[in-house]
Amino acid sequence: MTRRTGGLGYLLLAPAALWLVLFFVVPFYSLVATSLFDPAGSDFRGYEMTYHWQNYTDAVQEYWRPMLRSLWYGALATFFCLILGYVLAYAIAFKAGRWKNLMLVLVIAPFFTSFLVRTLSWKLILADDGWIVDTLQTLHLLGEDGRLLVTPFAVVMGLTYNFLPFMVLPLYASIDKIDHRLIEAAGDLYANPVVGFFKVTWPLSLPGVISGTLLTFIPASGDYINAQLLGGPNQRMVGGVIQSLFTDANDYPTAAALSVIMMVGIVAMVLVYVRRAGTEELL
Amino acid sequence: MSQVAETSGAPAAPAPDASYDGLRLRNLTKSFGAFTAVDDLDLDVPRGSFFALLGPSGCGKTTTLRMVAGLETPTSGSITLAGQDITYAKPYKRPVNTVFQSYALFPHLDIHENVAFGLKRRKAKEVDAQVKEMLDLVELGVQARKRPTQLSGGQQQRVALARALINKPEVLLLDEPLGALDLKLRRSMQIELKRIQVDVGLTFIHVTHDQEEAMTMADTVAVMNQGVIEQMGSPADLYENPRSTFVANFLGQSNLIEGRITNRAADLVTVDMQGIGVSIPADRAHADGDMGWVGIRPEKVLIGEPGATLDAPGNTIPGGVISDVSFVGVSTQYLVRMPWGQEIQVFAQNTGRTRLFAQGESVELSWRPEYAFLLDHAQDATAGAQKDDA
Repeated sequence: MTRRTGGLGYLLLAPAALWLVLFFVVPFYSLVATSLFDPAGSDFRGYEMTYHWQNYTDAVQEYWRPMLRSLWYGALATFFCLILGYVLAYAIAFKAGRWKNLMLVLVIAPFFTSFLVRTLSWKLILADDGWIVDTLQTLHLLGEDGRLLVTPFAVVMGLTYNFLPFMVLPLYASIDKIDHRLIEAAGDLYANPVVGFFKVTWPLSLPGVISGTLLTFIPASGDYINAQLLGGPNQRMVGGVIQSLFTDANDYPTAAALSVIMMVGIVAMVLVYVRRAGTEELL
Repeated sequence: MSQVAETSGAPAAPAPDASYDGLRLRNLTKSFGAFTAVDDLDLDVPRGSFFALLGPSGCGKTTTLRMVAGLETPTSGSITLAGQDITYAKPYKRPVNTVFQSYALFPHLDIHENVAFGLKRRKAKEVDAQVKEMLDLVELGVQARKRPTQLSGGQQQRVALARALINKPEVLLLDEPLGALDLKLRRSMQIELKRIQVDVGLTFIHVTHDQEEAMTMADTVAVMNQGVIEQMGSPADLYENPRSTFVANFLGQSNLIEGRITNRAADLVTVDMQGIGVSIPADRAHADGDMGWVGIRPEKVLIGEPGATLDAPGNTIPGGVISDVSFVGVSTQYLVRMPWGQEIQVFAQNTGRTRLFAQGESVELSWRPEYAFLLDHAQDATAGAQKDDA
């Protein structure tokens, strides 16, 4: 490439770069700065920059439970999304025939209603006097005073439900691209369908698995709506903690420190994951 | 219409025969909805032979191959291999491997792993050593750790061959394996494939639409058209004594001239061909009824000045006028317009013994009766004529 086309390249990059500076770098700088403010300050009196690193240790000491819970719930939801999403994406890609497009539209259809409204409907469905709980109690699968709402089950289920499309779409894109003749070739070379799946289909769908799990895990572990609407204090996730620190407790430094810890932690995990799963197996 | 390879020597039996050690197809039919891709096919492929299924695209040859591989389920009929019924056996349970037209190499595995795939599934011993040996056979030893996409088309083709061959299948199926290669590479791979087949002694079934490829490689060629086998035999047999207009035109080129059958003797059939009496040996006459197509290969036609004595006693056809001359070096190809309006193709070897004729010259044609053949008039005289690579 000559220098002149390079100049054009920079010009074309400029809008995106400007966007990132305005809406990522500046807020991120502000967030990191806030996390180092003197916690004695407040919204009214203003904050003093004292490089108060102790905000971080305080945040960890106080809130390590919701932090770990977020990662755990996020991982569980990602796992369930992967199982459900893989089956669905596989069926759409290989078995749906002329129903393919309709099924893809149905996968996206929930997005036409608000995330909040959908989660609230689950609250009604799983309610203590709802028909699901009633039925489970009649069948003695749930105790007399057993409930679904305000349990880890409800929160993980809500997360799984809400983030399933983010798993299905990249998986579908990957599986749909697999040349069916490769699966035939595996069968021709003495691989029964199960072995053929794990030796050919699964490795070839890994790009979709990786992007799907990332697109699910990152927002799911940062989500607080599901924990707030479907869970109780014992299912609190870190997003809920940060939100209440910001809006109720007015403790900006701790909230900012928690945000930074989660962000750095998840980026580090994702990097390790992509390194290990990615470069080796992908094309 | 169906035939059995002459090498097997057995008449077509309706039931699978446990004593036959080759591949045997009986009444094999495959329909896709209203379309019948393979129609009541009977076929015997002797063990250890190099067998070619030759036909134009859509003739059912690939469907036949896929049924043998287990990738399609027959609508009816049976497939037996060495006496064992494998009609409905799962593909991964058949001692059959395929070299796919698209190669279908696993892109996420390197060459070594691709070739080892079948052995590993069968928990074979000393996989690495066997793979090494096989890669050396196809001269790809140094490429073992590359991915398929890093190889050229010819190299990928050899990997596909090695990947199938290493399993030592009872039958190796080749689905137009050379179709994606350029002409020069294709010729050298043809020789290579034939050499490997002789070396390993496996049964090869080669599906192709390239008649030259089929004839140079196979011991037995079956010409397939519209779901049935038109004729089967050795390449020379098919070429010299075609039994249908399709075979006459699909394998090489033929001049087909309309004629009325005047006399059928025990060993000779006499035909009135546009007012000229010609004779054809009875074993080369495949026509019912009064009319027929007299067939003669262009290189069997001799050309000379009117009245000249040509070295072909028997059938002499006067009154031709040269309408086109193409000089191609080893031979000269003439188009000769006959008195009845038809143009006859003549290939004359450039031996130097006869002079070249020019466009517009009057000539006389002649051929030896033993080279002519007679085909059924009910058949389309242009069936199987190739437009693309004549």
